[in-house]
Amino acid sequence: MSDINTIIKPENIVYKRTDVLSDNDLSYCPGCGHGTVHKLIAEVIEEMGIQDTTIGIAPVGCSVLAYNYLEIDWQQAAHGRAPALATAVKRLMPEKNVFSYQGDGDLAAIGTAETIHACNRGENIVMIFINNGIYGMTGGQMAPTTLPGMAASTCPHGRDVSHDGEPIKISEILAQLPGTCYVTRQSVHTAGNVRKTKKALRKAFENQAANKGTSLVEVVSNCNSGWKMTPIKSNEWMEENMFPYYPLGDIKNEE
Amino acid sequence: MRELKLMKGNEAIAEAAIRAGVDGYFGYPITPQSEVMETLMALRPWDSTGMVVLQAESETASINMVYGGAGCGKRVMTSSSSPGVSLMQEGLTYLAGAELPCVVVNVVRGGPGLGTIQPAQSDYFQTVKGGGHGDYKLITLAPASVQEMADFVELSFDLAFKYRNPVMILSDGVIGQMMEKVELSEQKPRWTAEYIEENHTWATTGKKANREKNIITSVQLEASVQEAFNHKLQAKYRSVEENEVRYEEVMCDDADYIIVAYGSSARICQKSIEIAREKGIKVGMFRPITLYPFPTEQLMKRAKQVKGMLSVEMSAGQMVEDVKLAVECSIPVEHFGRFGGSVHSPGEVVEALEQKLIGGDK
Amino acid sequence: MAKAKGAIVVDTVKCKGCGVCTTVCPTKVIELATEVNGKGYHYAYMANPDACIGCSNCGIICPDTCITVYRAKAGATA
Repeated sequence: MSDINTIIKPENIVYKRTDVLSDNDLSYCPGCGHGTVHKLIAEVIEEMGIQDTTIGIAPVGCSVLAYNYLEIDWQQAAHGRAPALATAVKRLMPEKNVFSYQGDGDLAAIGTAETIHACNRGENIVMIFINNGIYGMTGGQMAPTTLPGMAASTCPHGRDVSHDGEPIKISEILAQLPGTCYVTRQSVHTAGNVRKTKKALRKAFENQAANKGTSLVEVVSNCNSGWKMTPIKSNEWMEENMFPYYPLGDIKNEE
Repeated sequence: MRELKLMKGNEAIAEAAIRAGVDGYFGYPITPQSEVMETLMALRPWDSTGMVVLQAESETASINMVYGGAGCGKRVMTSSSSPGVSLMQEGLTYLAGAELPCVVVNVVRGGPGLGTIQPAQSDYFQTVKGGGHGDYKLITLAPASVQEMADFVELSFDLAFKYRNPVMILSDGVIGQMMEKVELSEQKPRWTAEYIEENHTWATTGKKANREKNIITSVQLEASVQEAFNHKLQAKYRSVEENEVRYEEVMCDDADYIIVAYGSSARICQKSIEIAREKGIKVGMFRPITLYPFPTEQLMKRAKQVKGMLSVEMSAGQMVEDVKLAVECSIPVEHFGRFGGSVHSPGEVVEALEQKLIGGDK
Repeated sequence: MAKAKGAIVVDTVKCKGCGVCTTVCPTKVIELATEVNGKGYHYAYMANPDACIGCSNCGIICPDTCITVYRAKAGATA
């Protein structure tokens, strides 16, 4: 053990919690990808030195309290309206860095109009989209992104596409709009994927700094409580079931 | 000498907004108020004052853009008409719950539903009794002329920031569409970023190292916290009620009867009291300028002097309830009004006064 | 036996015992404790400290960011 103590010294730190994260305990379930994405945003903000110029827009959903976790200025939006808030914040203060943080129900159901029109206008903002195929906060109801056959509390026998339609691939739709400059789909379930997501987030914020238009970073994530699985099992299930429908990678990347 | 112009009420709102140094307008077209955004777009204030003007995809988006801008400590506004304002109710309760200052103009038309594009005053309940969910109030100003449409823009922003609360200018299709001479105020500068940071320390302007982060939100998960917050809101509303009541009285001192009317109904009733007085009936007019806070005490004072009050509104009878409450039913209070897009004539008002109050007196 | 080059410190108060860190550790250093923390979670700990190479995988994936990772500079632990 003396060996360990010679390693655990401040000068040997290779990974530590960024100060842009607050000390508050996250309200998310164990293993939830929200926490990992929060941390990546915080790290990107720290590395870019934009903590004092960044304004986050929190949604309604599990991440409604996102403002408790990042030490930046925040506005909390009505359900689905984050892109409208972000539009005004950025237009009135173009020198600031503005991002919305939204779940699938928020961005792709109740807020579809706000999402599409903010992207279509090419609002110079970053939209971070957590897609876990379910309404987590309200207790696991069917989302616009719930997979065919996947059970949720409002489709307990599995999503029947003849009744509820196919899950919406909103990122592919948004990539069609001329206002988006960067649309990518990532995940945070392996260390490699976490690193890729961080790069994507960094690129999105750099696009904003370069006035390129709307950047959308979708993160396909787990909801182990809603899916009724252990965190590790939910990540495996996500790989097997979510990724075939929501393939990872850049959908649009304009240089 | 200030600049004089002949213009529509809706155009006056736009001109006044630019001259007051407003930072942003977000709107969606709807008759009979589309001239507000049309005028702004034609005047291109982004080139002169730097004001942002944006046509949103819906009234829902407009009011939420207002929320975003207000959260930054900017002076932002929107305008719409009844069906559009119904769509904004969600945003208004969030604005009230997050204690954000902003100005919303409702150029009221007849309802319910899609209704008619003709003028009405049937959104009184929606405006002063809530509209959205939860215990909140909108400070509400009712202009009765194109001049007041212009003047109330800056006044509304002053009140909105004084109390950190949304302010509604409750107009109607008559005032919005009619043309009158307006004296326009001088161009005032927009607030600088430094001014906002110093004076609106709650605004999301980016977290500086020397302060805590600012959070604009209406979420309170704990019931006890929500209750305490609601008490704070209620204390604010009591302060508004104490300090911001505005009204006008016309020939009330010797009156036997009083007509209570606001907005374009008050303009009509000005003629009605002349007609009545020519007939020997001593009638005065009491015009609430603030609908919330309502001039309750002032009406009660007049109730001790007169035999009855007639609430004249272009609705099936909404403000009349507040008049009755104000006078604690100590005197007869009746309602008269054409509604659903129709406008009463001055003569009709006098007839109603004779039938409903004086007739009953005999 | 290989000399340890890395080490982690888990904030066992914050840890929710999700176990995601155990799946990304290339040298199987981390396990969940049999005892629980104040929240009732089986927190993560270095079960096999000698194997740690200080790769940071556990730290970067931890949703609650409760792992600090250390790596000795080359030769420093000799």
